[in-house]
Amino acid sequence: MSTQLNSKIPAGPLGDKWSSYKEDVKLVNPNNKRKFKVIVVGTGLAGASAAATLAELGYQVDAFTFHDSPRRAHSIAAQGGINAAKNYQGDGDSVHRLFHDTIKGGDFRSREANVHRLAEVSVNIIDQMVAQGVPFAREYGGLLDNRSFGGAQVSRTFYARGQTGQQLLLGAYQQLARQIGLGGVRLFNRTELVDVVTVEGRAAGIVVRDLITGEVTSHAAHAVVMATGGYGNAFFLSTNAMSCNVTAAWRAHRKGAYFANPCYTQIHPTCIPQSDEFQSKLTLMSESLRNDGRVWVPKSPDESRRVADIPEEDRDYYLERLYPSFGNLAPRDISSRAAKRLVDKGQGVGPLKNGVYLDFADAIARLGIDVVKERYGNLFDMYERIAGENPYDIPMRIYPASHYTMGGLWVDYELMTSIPGLYAAGEANFSDHGANRLGASALMQGLSDGYFVLPYTIGNYLAPMLNKAIPSVDHPEFKAAELAARERFAGYLNIGGTRSPDWFHREVGKIIWDYCGMERTEQGLEKALSELPALYDEFKKDLRVTGSGESLNQTLEKAGRVDDFFQLGMLMCRDALERQESCGGHFRTEYQTEEGEALRDDDKFCHVAAWEWSGDPMTAKRNIEELEFENVHLATRSYK
Amino acid sequence: MSNHLKDIILKIWRQNGPQDSGRFETYKVDEISDEASFLEMLDYLNEQLITDGKEAIVFDHDCREGICGTCSLMINGQAHGPERSTATCQLHMRKFSSGAEIVIEPWRAAAFPIIKDLMVDRSAFDRIIESGGFITSVTGGAPDANLIPIPKPVADSAMDSAACIGCGACVAACPNGAANLFTSAKIAHLNLLPQGQAERYKRAESMIEKMDEYFGSCTNHGECEAACPKEISIDVIALANADYRKAKLKNRKFISRI
Repeated sequence: MSTQLNSKIPAGPLGDKWSSYKEDVKLVNPNNKRKFKVIVVGTGLAGASAAATLAELGYQVDAFTFHDSPRRAHSIAAQGGINAAKNYQGDGDSVHRLFHDTIKGGDFRSREANVHRLAEVSVNIIDQMVAQGVPFAREYGGLLDNRSFGGAQVSRTFYARGQTGQQLLLGAYQQLARQIGLGGVRLFNRTELVDVVTVEGRAAGIVVRDLITGEVTSHAAHAVVMATGGYGNAFFLSTNAMSCNVTAAWRAHRKGAYFANPCYTQIHPTCIPQSDEFQSKLTLMSESLRNDGRVWVPKSPDESRRVADIPEEDRDYYLERLYPSFGNLAPRDISSRAAKRLVDKGQGVGPLKNGVYLDFADAIARLGIDVVKERYGNLFDMYERIAGENPYDIPMRIYPASHYTMGGLWVDYELMTSIPGLYAAGEANFSDHGANRLGASALMQGLSDGYFVLPYTIGNYLAPMLNKAIPSVDHPEFKAAELAARERFAGYLNIGGTRSPDWFHREVGKIIWDYCGMERTEQGLEKALSELPALYDEFKKDLRVTGSGESLNQTLEKAGRVDDFFQLGMLMCRDALERQESCGGHFRTEYQTEEGEALRDDDKFCHVAAWEWSGDPMTAKRNIEELEFENVHLATRSYK
Repeated sequence: MSNHLKDIILKIWRQNGPQDSGRFETYKVDEISDEASFLEMLDYLNEQLITDGKEAIVFDHDCREGICGTCSLMINGQAHGPERSTATCQLHMRKFSSGAEIVIEPWRAAAFPIIKDLMVDRSAFDRIIESGGFITSVTGGAPDANLIPIPKPVADSAMDSAACIGCGACVAACPNGAANLFTSAKIAHLNLLPQGQAERYKRAESMIEKMDEYFGSCTNHGECEAACPKEISIDVIALANADYRKAKLKNRKFISRI
């Protein structure tokens, strides 16, 4: 029997839920806030904004990052923009329309109330970030400029050249820095979470490892926020930064936090294709490029002419052909699968025939090279540095790659996980994007959670705990977790095998990509579920970590992260196997329409799968949260 | 199609910790694709070292897209290597040829102590931002974003300065180990914008004085601009200096009359 989860969605009409929640929420008196300590793990958009705002309110905050500085978090790499229902362009946008686009984009697998709240606060985010000095793009008159993005028919995306994530993160980082300077936040940099500790069923703190000295210590608090990003690096090759990992979320899962929808992973359609076997990561080219670039492949797999010599009639602008109303701006999952099918048919381009063209020739002819340079100059430069080709002359080559993970720690409406007092924010939680995330919505969600949701909901949890002491770090639960962590890291060093952590990461990533990537089948997933435990056994016997545990050791850090990717990989495959339907980024070839689109099964799978740790990911228990749609009509997504 | 480079000789700085004296060690990479990035070449070398039972070379890196600012190597004496406006992580082996001898060192600056091998501690940058590199704006109280029109050239200019990735190449390239480009880029970003005016002079004063606690002085060599992977102009230093001077001269009670 599976447990029914309570998402604690407030009663009342959809548009009133968040305001009535805020009116009823318990408050902590300003003088009492300083009696509470909150730990925030991660300093990306969600973590930095949460830590800064909580400290501003008066709570004591301890912030942790494994980077050298909070400003390095991977939010910084987001290029294209951030959505908000400002309707500054007067093109018919509204909170309801952003809500509806997000629900539909997520293929009707997200929670209505959360998504509506996200759309509501999106407008506050833009106000807040402008006040902080984020230099968003502007029109000549001085007002804010917008662009359009995949899955929307309005221009609601705010941007700062091709560096929107950087500018937003620096905005949030600067607010965090201000609080560090004022003493409201204590920052622990180069410090990695290695365990989550609960005492009497509540989150009591975390165990961390100092990456410079290898020392393992405990930190206790009244509440803990996990803002630790996504798990896209499970695939090894992804657009995530090298150190992105699932460890913090996974360690929370092992302590009782449910892990929701791990099979919902997003494959981004516009990345630079792999060029050789040494490749360590893939680079994203912003989706905003699809505003002006046209995607095509040669009609013939045997095409051998130079690009410029291929006449129009021998080119297949397949997105414009298949999805005329959205064209090159079809959502990410749909665009990715279309590219994969053509490459699989042999119509791929480039030396390894592993990409499709993204062509700006028409845009340059229509707008002039200066406008194109103004809009995308830095992206074009980046492409040239990596691929060694000039995209002003030769079309870019792109191919889908793992980019974002919609799945994550299960949270209720208050962003609390199934462990009381443990919260998850940003990409680390599962809540807002359903089975597929729309472009420019990740930045929106991270900042919404950190600036505008958690500061209200955490108070609701803390208020009744006034004058309740924080558990001591000498509590047996902390001591046991510290000991387990020390033994785990000593264990990696003592195996003395022959293969490096990176070697195992590559292998485990390949299995997950091949069988739980862009397309999944029952047979493939079962194969993965037999190969993964076998490779994991090998990892435990044949891992080699050189160096010691007493000084900075990146090989040892990596070993711990790969260990957790193995366990997560098994859960991803189990989740993908159990979800016998296709939806958004989860595409099971057995379940598709005659036209090859995702075929949902709303009778059986209109729910969230929230997995409960049982000691082994192969036997994890699948709990469900039914999704109820009262305000949107469940429809087959169509972008034709 | 990719070509392969052969016999790359690497002279790499190894240092076990801040107290260790450190030394160069020589390594050879027999063959590597010219499509590989510079850091992928180091990954490959580290894999070999682990296979041989040796400790991998420690170096800072993360996004490998030139935006997070984590990577930090002196390559043949140049911060981030030979390619202009390119961070180490975006440098590719096609910029080198077979038989090349490449010297790799950490950032060299007193304010950036070595943690291990090629990794340094750049926390002094965070201290500068904490001293005033922000606009005070309490969450929730912001006016509508379009209330203050900002002329496009002003927004663009602020953005040029805000593009700084905080990597520290400017400090590493400076003969004085000065951080004026980093500090001034942040001052210029915020002081150019209307939202930044309220704290303009206090910001310049606190940040520059905090900078002086850690870093050397600027003597206008211009090496910082040449090394900057984001091509931030040294004009920002003049802007920051002007604001610092005003901050010291003006009676700030009458700031609204400037």
